[in-house]
Amino acid sequence: MRHKPPVDAVICGFGATGVLVAEALTRAGLSIVALERGPMLNTAPDFQPSVMQDELRFQNRHGLMVQPRLSTQTFRHNASETALPIRRVGAWQIGLGVGGSAVHWAGQCFRYSPNEFRLRSQFEHQYGPGIFPQDMTSQDWAVTYDELEPYYDRFEKLLGVSGQAGNIKGRLIEGGNPFEGPRSDEYPNPPLARVKATRMFDKAAREMGLSPYPCPAAQASRPYTNPLGVRMGPCTFCGFCSGYGCGNYSKSSPQTSVLPVVLQRSGLELRTLSVATHILMSGKGKDRRAKGVVYVDAQNEEWVQPAEMVFVCAFTMDNVHLLLVSSAGTAYDPVSGTGQIGRNYAFQIWGYANFLFKERFNPFIGAGALGQIVDNYDCDNFDHAGPLVTGKPFVGGGYVALFQYGTPPIAGSSFGSGETAVWGAELKRKIREEYHHVQQVQSMGANQSYRDVFLDLDPTYKDSFGRPLLRVTYDIKPNDHRMSNFLVDRCVEIGRAMGGTLLDRNSRKGPFDVTVFQTTHNCGGTIQSATPDKGAVNKFGQMWEVPNIFVYGASQFPQNAGRNPTDTVGATTLFGLDEVTRRYLPSPAPLVDA
Amino acid sequence: MLLGLAASLAAALLLLPDRSKSDTIDTAQIERGRYIARLGDCRSCHTAQGGALLAGGLGIVTPFGIIYSANITPDVATGIGSWTKDDFWNAMHSGIRKDGAHLYPAMPYPWFTKMPRTDVDALKTYLDTIPPARYTPPENDLWLPLRARVSVAGWNLLFFDKGVFKTDPAKSAEWNRGAYIVEGPGHCGACHTPANLLGGPERDRLYEGQSIQNWWAPNLTGRSAYGVATWSKEDVVDYLKDGRNDHAVASGPMALAIQNSTQHMTDADRAAIAAYLKDPPVGTREEGDSPRVSEAGIDSMGGKAIFRDNCSACHGADGEGVPRLIADLRKSGVVNAPDPVGVLHAILAGAQGNVTHGAPQRPTMPPFAWKFDDRQIAAVAAYVRQNFGNHAPSVSDSEVADLRETLGLE
Repeated sequence: MRHKPPVDAVICGFGATGVLVAEALTRAGLSIVALERGPMLNTAPDFQPSVMQDELRFQNRHGLMVQPRLSTQTFRHNASETALPIRRVGAWQIGLGVGGSAVHWAGQCFRYSPNEFRLRSQFEHQYGPGIFPQDMTSQDWAVTYDELEPYYDRFEKLLGVSGQAGNIKGRLIEGGNPFEGPRSDEYPNPPLARVKATRMFDKAAREMGLSPYPCPAAQASRPYTNPLGVRMGPCTFCGFCSGYGCGNYSKSSPQTSVLPVVLQRSGLELRTLSVATHILMSGKGKDRRAKGVVYVDAQNEEWVQPAEMVFVCAFTMDNVHLLLVSSAGTAYDPVSGTGQIGRNYAFQIWGYANFLFKERFNPFIGAGALGQIVDNYDCDNFDHAGPLVTGKPFVGGGYVALFQYGTPPIAGSSFGSGETAVWGAELKRKIREEYHHVQQVQSMGANQSYRDVFLDLDPTYKDSFGRPLLRVTYDIKPNDHRMSNFLVDRCVEIGRAMGGTLLDRNSRKGPFDVTVFQTTHNCGGTIQSATPDKGAVNKFGQMWEVPNIFVYGASQFPQNAGRNPTDTVGATTLFGLDEVTRRYLPSPAPLVDA
Repeated sequence: MLLGLAASLAAALLLLPDRSKSDTIDTAQIERGRYIARLGDCRSCHTAQGGALLAGGLGIVTPFGIIYSANITPDVATGIGSWTKDDFWNAMHSGIRKDGAHLYPAMPYPWFTKMPRTDVDALKTYLDTIPPARYTPPENDLWLPLRARVSVAGWNLLFFDKGVFKTDPAKSAEWNRGAYIVEGPGHCGACHTPANLLGGPERDRLYEGQSIQNWWAPNLTGRSAYGVATWSKEDVVDYLKDGRNDHAVASGPMALAIQNSTQHMTDADRAAIAAYLKDPPVGTREEGDSPRVSEAGIDSMGGKAIFRDNCSACHGADGEGVPRLIADLRKSGVVNAPDPVGVLHAILAGAQGNVTHGAPQRPTMPPFAWKFDDRQIAAVAAYVRQNFGNHAPSVSDSEVADLRETLGLE
């Protein structure tokens, strides 16, 4: 293997968190190499308007996603099953190329509720320890909302988020989210304009005594210049956000927030089409260190990139995979409950109810975060032992919302599936009667962590580099089913209050189906913790066991919250990087004493 | 004898450089020269892509052939290291090289002639400090009759108006500074003044715009109803500083001129340029009066539908653009130019803005040559040129085809 000249730091994965690392470290004057397995992607020409709006190519055929032939996982529901490789893009969609999944995200940019960060102690305090089933391993975060607040603020300003504050320094503001933690400042942009359906949701929810507010959107509602001097244009409501790149500089992505500045900094060398295959390790015990990264370039040449620090910034599963194949940190063992890498993997419990309305809507207008939300059923914002909760209480909650993403032609005319597919005259009738008249009320539910839900290396299947595939052992547990039912009941209530006739409801039932797209909000596996026995990294993202490896992304989350992860991914990364530049760079050592 | 010795000694001592004194003098002079080099944008023409700074070799495409810029580093063999200040003055002021041959007017001495000797000397002092590069640029590739440099003598007789800039006492100091930069070192007219068939500037149509390097250098005067004439002084200053303002985003050669020259000017100098350009000039404003294709005619060409589907996401349904990011097509100088070359270039090949200290992001328009045929591009260009308050001539398919071929696009 040939060696490249040593650098201060190497970044594995150049998406949402990788670009933030590059920005902070180049600002500190370091020399960095960033490795990205996909190609360079630029707003123009790669996301060209009128080319991007191609549902078949980008949504149905996953034009911007990692295809399983490049990288995949094996899947099983529990330890008694034999895992098999996921051979088609299914339950989640991982972005390929510079910008990663932050290119094709919907743009929903929520903060977590302050109590989300102390989930276990809050629920135990409120309902007694008995509310946690034996095998549930959900825990408090190492970081608190108050610590993250300045970094949420900074990230939202980098992204030009459009929203309505509900709580500024303790002062509640009408029209915003009364459950949100105190904010230091307004959103950088006012909320997106509303459409008929979101106005109807708002009215119905308000009349029910709930507190609807506009979804914080990473679509700019007006021309905006972020603190780095990067400019965004106003969203046109073209309706092609989730699954697509934005060609008119409106949906925030690394391309429209950080990249234009970072790519000009002299300290950074970006190597695209370069797969980091493993981290080069040395030493044992307290002396365990990363020495660099081995990667394979586009010519299939293998290289060693020596570095003083390694930043693991890929997607959740790929962060865990890279650490496991490198023996960086101790692999999690679900039997003994020891080891950290792979622990507390969680997904997201999405549910919905569809309604038919007399009113006519224009569902082709939309944006990925054009929606109206209630947080009344999230986290501990409601009484989990109260009258609304029938049966056994559960941990967690989620938002209930109406989004008008923009219904594209294929999705808008696909009724039924498999044997119940609709064709011909019946299809035409349904399109005529339903396209303009159906709305969905949906819930994004939390997902708790469990001792026997985890990530490890598959014993059988290998990837094209000869590495074992990552094995996902996952199923939805009774606590989360109860939560999902509860949330979808709330969806039904609001939809009916809007005047809709219920067509169908979908709370998550039975075994998890890995073939059906749900969300891309996978988390955990390298979770943050206050002490080394409870997780892989400290609250600054630094590995407990290898202090010169830093891991950023939703793989830090100890369980999943009842909302989308991106704002918290950004805030935790910026929070960690501030400490890295302030304390680690002058004197490399553990940032939290073990 | 002793006295003589003392005198010689004194003379010898005088010949020794007094470091402290000469340093301060030279440093000031060098910095002054460095700034003048920025004003004159020497770099954009005298530095080839990937080449050493100011070592020349950039091919400048003219209607008469390709002229390669000279090496103006202080290398003695291949640059201008052996040139005295007088030699340099002759080149800048009179267009005559050290060896007595004429410079081709691609070197903008017809504008540099306005510079006073002090500025030209400072510039040479600065040029003597840059790293010498041993590099001989390629031979020019010119139309045969012009290969003899003496042909330029006739050109000079017709078009070269030698003489240092004269202050207009009736105008403010700011105006005069602006006029000096625009007409002298800034050589704005080299691109923005229409050239006649012999490549000579049409002095009665100063700054009225022309096609250059397959882009359109727009009309800078108040005699137009479009472009700079519709901008405020602040708009002019913003544009020169950041490469963008509330109306326009620089692309093509101007993006380079802003990147290498105007963004490095002082605020006072940019304000002076704006004061000069925005001073109402003599002459009446020419409203657009091109024969307009009828609404139905435009619609039948399909331009509106193409615009809605492909352009409006960024430029807006009414062509309004996004301030400091996406060009406003309304009243744009390029859109309303008599020649559609600027619009067609942007549509066919796309356009790239620049990166400046004040604006770190390069606004980029994607190309459409791969997507539309000549007829479709002509239709959408015509739609843009005759809507949103624009009144420019229509566009023919063959104009698109010609530019497509020139730009080497499929």
